[in-house]
Amino acid sequence: MRFRNRRKADNTAADMTPMIDVVFQLLAFFVMTFKITALEADFNVKMPLSSSAVSPIDEVLPTIIQVNLRAGTERNISGIDVDTGSASQTFTGETMFQQLTTFVESTLAEEGDPSTSGGVEVEFSIDPELRYVWTVQAMESVSGKKLPDGKVQRLVEKIKFRNPGQ
Amino acid sequence: MRFKKKEHPLIAIDLTPMIDVTFQLIAFFMFIMNFSQIERAEEIKLPTSEIAIPPEEVPTYQIILNLNEDGSVLHDGVRIEKVELMTSMLRRETGQAAQRKVSNPADISVIVRADQNVATGTVQEMIAKCQDAKLEKFSLRVKERK
Repeated sequence: MRFRNRRKADNTAADMTPMIDVVFQLLAFFVMTFKITALEADFNVKMPLSSSAVSPIDEVLPTIIQVNLRAGTERNISGIDVDTGSASQTFTGETMFQQLTTFVESTLAEEGDPSTSGGVEVEFSIDPELRYVWTVQAMESVSGKKLPDGKVQRLVEKIKFRNPGQ
Repeated sequence: MRFKKKEHPLIAIDLTPMIDVTFQLIAFFMFIMNFSQIERAEEIKLPTSEIAIPPEEVPTYQIILNLNEDGSVLHDGVRIEKVELMTSMLRRETGQAAQRKVSNPADISVIVRADQNVATGTVQEMIAKCQDAKLEKFSLRVKERK
């Protein structure tokens, strides 16, 4: 039996236009819904459980700066009390955070070399009603300051929160 | 003077590289979108800071807790109405961490993304709840301010 010569297979060129259309639509959708978010950073807080906080007797104890943040009208900060056991002060007004930084700096200078002394820790006790933004600003004030040349001078790294019940 | 007529050949543009790049772009945007939906609650206004440290490496196991202004917690796309109701979620997370060979809860990083207007007491309550689940390492997340 003889078959007729089948038609020569055409050079089939797939039409890409609809696919490209759809792909560009998808791309436009994702580009438009994409939100550029600002970079995020962390303040590290170590909150060991009370049972694991037992330290050896011969260990040099750190100087602890107790920082008390008070809330005033509209849950904004009204004042900061600091106490190291040997010195205590209260800061109020617009410059209270700068004053806090200065106090932490002077305490660090008095403490001297952190390798031989116990170092400096900050323990926050905060009015529960206070807006979180003020808490973060106070944490920023004790953990470092930005120098005029843009570099950051680190101050205290060990930050703790006192539990509200304590 | 007579000019010869030049014959223009039919130009077929190769679309393959363009389609490749376009698909890569789509894949990128889809990837970014998924992460932002799961881990970040966009309605939260983070406080800003100049000197906070950007995270250098992703911890072995992390729990991201988004705390809204109204006191509700958003975790992994699920909203928990109150901080007090977090216990079962934390138990589930520590269990999952143990399956991924992070058996000590003290090695789990808790990332706290709290709204700038939330009461600090609520943040502390949340931290206390995590401490009940034996978690110790906390990072308070802020937005970088230049």
